[in-house]
Amino acid sequence: MTGLREGEVLRVEDLHVRFYTYAGVVYAVSGVSFYVMESETIALVGETGCGKTVTTRAIARLVEPPGRIERGVALFRRRNGKVVDLLKIGDEELRQIRGDEIAYVFQDPTSALDPLYTIGFHIHETVKAHNSKTNKKDILKRAIKLLKEVAIPSPEARIKNYPHELSGGMRQRSVIAISLSNNPRLLIADEPTTNLDVTIQVQILELLKELQKAYKMSLILITHNMGIVAEMADRVYVMYAGKVVEEGLVEQVFYNPQHPYTKLLLRAVPNPLKKIEKLEYIPGTVPLLTNPPHGCRFHPRCPFVMDICRKEEPQLVGVEKGHGVACWLVTKK
Amino acid sequence: MAYAFSKSKIGVVGGIIVLINIIVAAIGPFIAWEPYWEYKIVANPALQYAPPCLPPSCSGGPLFGTDEWGRDIIAMSLYGFRISLIISVIVVLLGASIGIVVGLVSGYKGGVVDEVIMRLTDIFLAFPSLVLAIAFAAVLPQRIRGFLEVNSFARAFFAALFGLRENEYAQIAALISIWFAMVLVWWPGYTRVIRGSVLSTREMPFIEAAKLSGLSTWKIMFRHVLPNVLSPVIVMITFDLATATLFAATLSFLGLGPQEPVPELGFLISKAGYFFPERSWHVVIYYGVVLLLIALGWNLLGDALRDVLDPRTRRALEFRGE
Amino acid sequence: MSEGALLEVSNLKKYFSVRGSFTKKVRAVDGVAFCIRRGETLGVVGESGCGKTTLGKTVLRLLDPTSGRIVFNGVDVTRVRGARLREYWRNAQMVFQDPHTSLNPRMTIASTLLEPIRQYRLGVGDEEAFLVSQLELVGLTKELLYRYPHELSGGQKQRVAILRAIITRPKFVVLDEPTSSLDVSVQAQILDLLKDLQAKFNLTYMFISHDIAVIRYVSNRIAVMYLGKIVEIGLADKVFESPMHPYTQFLFSALPIPDPKLAKSKKKLLIPGEPPSPINPPPGCKFHPRCPHAVDICRRQEPQMIEVEKDHYASCWLHIKKQ
Repeated sequence: MTGLREGEVLRVEDLHVRFYTYAGVVYAVSGVSFYVMESETIALVGETGCGKTVTTRAIARLVEPPGRIERGVALFRRRNGKVVDLLKIGDEELRQIRGDEIAYVFQDPTSALDPLYTIGFHIHETVKAHNSKTNKKDILKRAIKLLKEVAIPSPEARIKNYPHELSGGMRQRSVIAISLSNNPRLLIADEPTTNLDVTIQVQILELLKELQKAYKMSLILITHNMGIVAEMADRVYVMYAGKVVEEGLVEQVFYNPQHPYTKLLLRAVPNPLKKIEKLEYIPGTVPLLTNPPHGCRFHPRCPFVMDICRKEEPQLVGVEKGHGVACWLVTKK
Repeated sequence: MAYAFSKSKIGVVGGIIVLINIIVAAIGPFIAWEPYWEYKIVANPALQYAPPCLPPSCSGGPLFGTDEWGRDIIAMSLYGFRISLIISVIVVLLGASIGIVVGLVSGYKGGVVDEVIMRLTDIFLAFPSLVLAIAFAAVLPQRIRGFLEVNSFARAFFAALFGLRENEYAQIAALISIWFAMVLVWWPGYTRVIRGSVLSTREMPFIEAAKLSGLSTWKIMFRHVLPNVLSPVIVMITFDLATATLFAATLSFLGLGPQEPVPELGFLISKAGYFFPERSWHVVIYYGVVLLLIALGWNLLGDALRDVLDPRTRRALEFRGE
Repeated sequence: MSEGALLEVSNLKKYFSVRGSFTKKVRAVDGVAFCIRRGETLGVVGESGCGKTTLGKTVLRLLDPTSGRIVFNGVDVTRVRGARLREYWRNAQMVFQDPHTSLNPRMTIASTLLEPIRQYRLGVGDEEAFLVSQLELVGLTKELLYRYPHELSGGQKQRVAILRAIITRPKFVVLDEPTSSLDVSVQAQILDLLKDLQAKFNLTYMFISHDIAVIRYVSNRIAVMYLGKIVEIGLADKVFESPMHPYTQFLFSALPIPDPKLAKSKKKLLIPGEPPSPINPPPGCKFHPRCPHAVDICRRQEPQMIEVEKDHYASCWLHIKKQ
């Protein structure tokens, strides 16, 4: 509950987000904490309904009624060194940060682009919003450079294209280019390659890695694809039903998973390199967050459920350095 | 959905107005305390345009005054409600039915059929409805009148429907002629709207699955496509009822509809126009407000229905209670 | 290839006209040939625009082929219509990708399931009892019978869709990305369900997907498609262990591997260039503009499909030259 440590760019603590709907209160995010260091990539991984998207939307202050951020801090170190709480700053300061210091890439590239404006205009707009003094020619040069960096061929021509004139892969690359217009310190990418072909996906992921190195950018990657996590992330947070159930270095979580959910998740994903006889699957379904299960939220589906799991929620405890799990099996040891 | 609807103040108000409208239209001709076919003035010349008499300053005269024949205008409006409602409902329902079926066929079959039907729709849409109504008014009423003269069942039926006496069959013929004219211009709008929805619905996988289940084209159209494209049409129908009411009143106002002594709202306003404003302002204002309320009721209802039927705006409605 | 073949497709083409032009055509499927043996699963994999979904629909005659032949169980069904077409559909069904749109939102589950039964006059006696017994096959319970699709989860809907497809006990089912819209944990359940049903009813599957890991898990043989053509086809294990066609190699290399050490050590092969348009495909071998091994003949002539090892075929000049 203090300020940022050395090298930390973003620290979120105890985030709670609820949605007040006709069907009841949805406890979408219940006490999520994570941090990102400079030039680091973290992954928020989990299935639908685990709260990973809501978490990042909350940081971006995109949560609208009936959603409400009940509690939490999101400390962010700005370019000038100042540390602010993204959840509490005023609208004008937030506007300055968005698009400039924190950039967002959302899942569907088609809806992120205004069909009535060219790609060039989108870049122009983003740059102009934060650097009103730059002139048109400089912005144009910058736009061409950005499109080249995201491996879009003939960028001079593409600048004049409208979104519908580009393929899905090019659109997503354009969206990434736009988000990078102002050299952000932090890029939040929500399932950036989910709808794309595998061969385009690999290009974009490689691209993100290079850009990260070049811009010393931090990356928060949200995905449900364990393969992408293994390829891209330094550290990973496994989320379930609005909580973080396991966190740690990517090697720790993949090679030494502690939480039953993580273990099952890793085994439910077919590994293309191995011939598998039978996939394991997780029985049951993701709980409705209007009435989350008592105690540990995973207990109704957990093959190792104990009595205490039904009554009390486990807290995150350290298993090894940097590796934490919220599970009574581990705490009991 | 009913819950969401009840949360919409507009919807509730509109619903109440419409309900009143329907009730009055249903029982109007029965509870009217003055028959419309009696020209009171013949008996008592002083009654012509007896100005409105608002309590407490008056006694004995009709509450809102009389028209040029000395008839109590409130009593006349009770007949008028029925006529307006019948015309608007039948025109819209008939027009919508035709339009929906044509749109369904056009959108689903596609190809040449679609092109032909669309051109046909273009032609009908291009008709100036007024000119059409005038043309019909010149020819049709005589024909229908002749038909009604001989066919006593038809005569009795239509008279009961409109709440008029059988003696007025000539005027009923005029009403039916307006009917035809309106239906002809009403159906193409529905065709367009339905066709659009059908075009997107027919690409849905559940339609392909229905094909694979061996269903015939007609079954697929009516069992699978139709129920899924009706939502926007329902809203359109409610708005159209308002429009049709006013349009029918307009046609009567222009003299293309029934004549004396049928108390059609538009026609009554038109007659009052000769003496406007000194002697008949109360007539014009009263009938005008009646038409306004009828149309308003349908419009408010349609607005609320539109919000309720769209799942996104329905959520917003449900929240207002929180 | 024809022994025991339930489905035999030869030189199948499906072209779509481009709006506003009489001559331009989208060559969605451009000369495809394969066969599927009874009880087998053929996995068809490829990226967007390769024509796999069009292939699935054309094979099932939901689309009419532009040319070619489809022979099902010895019967040529390429151009049949009316009753004969319905007879084909009684034996060949489809499971669609998106369970949210493959069920009529205004019909109850019971009505949806009864439709094929009634249409094909299966004569099941007590319909409700029959439906309840069928629901058990896909792991659903009877409370769902009178619910509407929007009241069910994605996984439940897909189970209903699968049940609808097999309720007439067809011989052949085309599955078009059946698990792509589902969560990872639900996906595993559905894949295992499909495998169980296949064993129980001796079903033959054509499984279309862009997810290579899933394809590996379910398929006996796989076909890799690119721009309307099959570039490689063969026993799944063989194709995965030694992909022969350059495109297949790129495809497999691009897969994210859920193993951090391996992922960071393997070098990724990136395909240069953009995916070409199916309206104006390149001459010769369709992959040549992006292929690092392209030689002169690749630009001029389309390669034939040849056997690079037993039950493993690829269409690439590199391998033909070797012979």
